[in-house]
Amino acid sequence: MADNKNNSVAYVAETMLPELPPPARETGVVKWLRENLFSNATNSVLTIVSIIVIYMIAQNTLPWIMNGVWQAPSLAACREVLEGQSGACFAVLTERWNQLIYGFKYPVDAYWRPNLAFVLLLVAIAPVLFFDLPRKMLIFTALYPFIAFWLIWGGTILGPLVALLGFAAGGYVFQTFGKGSFAVGFFGGIVAAFVVWGIGGGLIPEGASENAMLTAVPSRDLGGFMLNLMLGVTCVSLSVPLGIALALGRQSDMPLIKWICVIFIEFVRGVPLITLLFVASVMLAYFFPPESTVDLFLRVVIMITMFSAAYIAEVIRGGLAALPKGQYEAADSLGLDYPQAMRLIILPQALKISIPGIVNVAVGLFKDTTLVSVISMFDLVGMIRGPILASTEWNGVYWELLGFAALLFFVVCYGISQYSQWLERRLATDHR
Amino acid sequence: MKKTVFLGALTVAGLAAGAAAAGTMDDVKARGKLNCGVTTGLVGFAAPDANGEWEGFDVAVCRAVAAAVLGDPKAVEFVPTTGKTRFTALASGEIDMLARNTTWTFSRDVDLKFEFVGVNYYDGQGFMVPKELGVSSAKELDGATVCIQTGTTTELNLADFFRSNNISYEPVPIETNAEAQQQYLAGACDVYTTDASGLAATRATFEDPSAHVLLPEIISKEPLGPLVRHGDHEWGDVVRWTLNALISAEELGVTSANLSEMAAGTNNPEINRLLGSEGTLGEMLGLDAEWGKRAVAAGGNYGEVFAKNIGEETPIGLARGLNAQWTEGGLLYSPPFR
Repeated sequence: MADNKNNSVAYVAETMLPELPPPARETGVVKWLRENLFSNATNSVLTIVSIIVIYMIAQNTLPWIMNGVWQAPSLAACREVLEGQSGACFAVLTERWNQLIYGFKYPVDAYWRPNLAFVLLLVAIAPVLFFDLPRKMLIFTALYPFIAFWLIWGGTILGPLVALLGFAAGGYVFQTFGKGSFAVGFFGGIVAAFVVWGIGGGLIPEGASENAMLTAVPSRDLGGFMLNLMLGVTCVSLSVPLGIALALGRQSDMPLIKWICVIFIEFVRGVPLITLLFVASVMLAYFFPPESTVDLFLRVVIMITMFSAAYIAEVIRGGLAALPKGQYEAADSLGLDYPQAMRLIILPQALKISIPGIVNVAVGLFKDTTLVSVISMFDLVGMIRGPILASTEWNGVYWELLGFAALLFFVVCYGISQYSQWLERRLATDHR
Repeated sequence: MKKTVFLGALTVAGLAAGAAAAGTMDDVKARGKLNCGVTTGLVGFAAPDANGEWEGFDVAVCRAVAAAVLGDPKAVEFVPTTGKTRFTALASGEIDMLARNTTWTFSRDVDLKFEFVGVNYYDGQGFMVPKELGVSSAKELDGATVCIQTGTTTELNLADFFRSNNISYEPVPIETNAEAQQQYLAGACDVYTTDASGLAATRATFEDPSAHVLLPEIISKEPLGPLVRHGDHEWGDVVRWTLNALISAEELGVTSANLSEMAAGTNNPEINRLLGSEGTLGEMLGLDAEWGKRAVAAGGNYGEVFAKNIGEETPIGLARGLNAQWTEGGLLYSPPFR
């Protein structure tokens, strides 16, 4: 056998060869580069061109950013420091930081109030966004709007207290009578709330805001990025429930409700937001006597909320339409009435489908809050375009200011978008 | 039908607002604050500083009126208005007066039912070119590319000017002043044209202002002045004569430095009437005798206000030009205080 083997086969390996590392071009960074960036001629050319473009952009912007001047009293002083070199004048951001964030009229010694309100906002919004958190935290969320109002606007604490009591009374009536008949509970609740507001409003003494614990700040004095955040948060949180109501109303069998919702949605969607804002700031002033106008902030909130609610209603209607008819029939066959069927079966599924659309509207709405600068409210963009660029010190600083505004908005909008992606993954119950 | 009802309601509301605002002066006194409409920000004319205090050439008019009526130049609630919201703010009674570099035109005065009480700045459309272009007159601009804001009267003025001088140009339409600055500096146009005061303010922000020149031709009339609602003549008189007081004070040599000295009484009866040590001019206006003194004390006379906000010592560096006193070849001519 042994001879045989030796004769018939020229060479037989008697031992295992040691393992060699994979060829350099088939491993690690090189492999990744080769497969992703240089897989063929076209790809290689594109990669090289992209690298050149990125290099050129970096070459032009990086020195500008790195050379940036952070401390100077004016643009002219910046240029003296730079001595003809290319460099940004970020000093405008440090010098006007407070104005960019809070507007130019918010009292300086009260900056802690919006700051605190912002921190509390994070606490209040957490249980809504992350439902693994204890449900008890929602109590604070319910109280938050009143606390925030009191902190930011100041004045007497009685105002927000009465508002809170009104909502509480309305909620109580709804809980008590809503079980019997939804309509009785609903309208009874509204009436109860208005009764409390009427009585409570009358009881607040005249001039209670004069020497309140927190000095009162009129809406006109709000500004900066704070105003954008306030408008964005208020309008998104108001327009989602309103949008749901409109979407359900549009599908209603009752012709009156259906047509009111259809006309509202179609009308508001057919009008540019800027037109609505002009109506809020300009036209409404004609209809009220000069002394008794509705607060400008409130007018703007109403208009933006209406606008985004109409869009959200259509997004949710899409979600409702995407549900198979069997879901509705299943709810009926279980003997659930309309509110129960909606709350337990239809809406949880429809809203899940609508998340990307709702987030899309929310991001758009947050950016649209900058439009208030055209009706002379000093939001972040209004501050930049108006007071800061019109000051003799800083006239001519465009890139730094608008870049900063873009950065702030990007951070917030990117955060919203990341959250929505997390939410979609978290809620994914199907097996795709 | 619907539209008629709507317009009718609008008219009634407008009339009601007009009637309610008949006694603006009483409203202002009762409120203790003057609601004054200004721009949302225009270099040298109105802008809040780093502490949020409004300052500027138009702001000074508001402060003078507040000082005359209420005795306190700080008793002003500045209501920022945009070019689009300014007239409705005034018509609806949201503001008592508008000092927002607004051009006095026939239709604004007559059709929009406002009352221009005077002119605090005589402006006009001018041209700015880079010095290296070697142009010394706008008539040499044949074939030039011109940066111009669309939809404004400056666009029409420009077309008229070039046509009447029989030369050609190529317009580069732009939207805002900020865009214009960038385009002009990037060389997208040879010439930038807008109001001369705006050109001077824009040039002041350039890295090398001396490399650009303003051409001598002014091709339009832009008299800018404060305005009030039509029909409330008492209030209109107060604003008109406060502005005139500032102008007269300069003409008569009354400055914030020698004000208290002059107010004690001088040999010039007109100064005495202006500052209240003689005559009853204040009473005729429905104010006290010292209103004129307070108006001047608020920010100095017209010349001082000009020098402090937009004059040659400031970065904006505007020469007096048309805005000099009539005695010095300008157009400022206040009717006499008697």
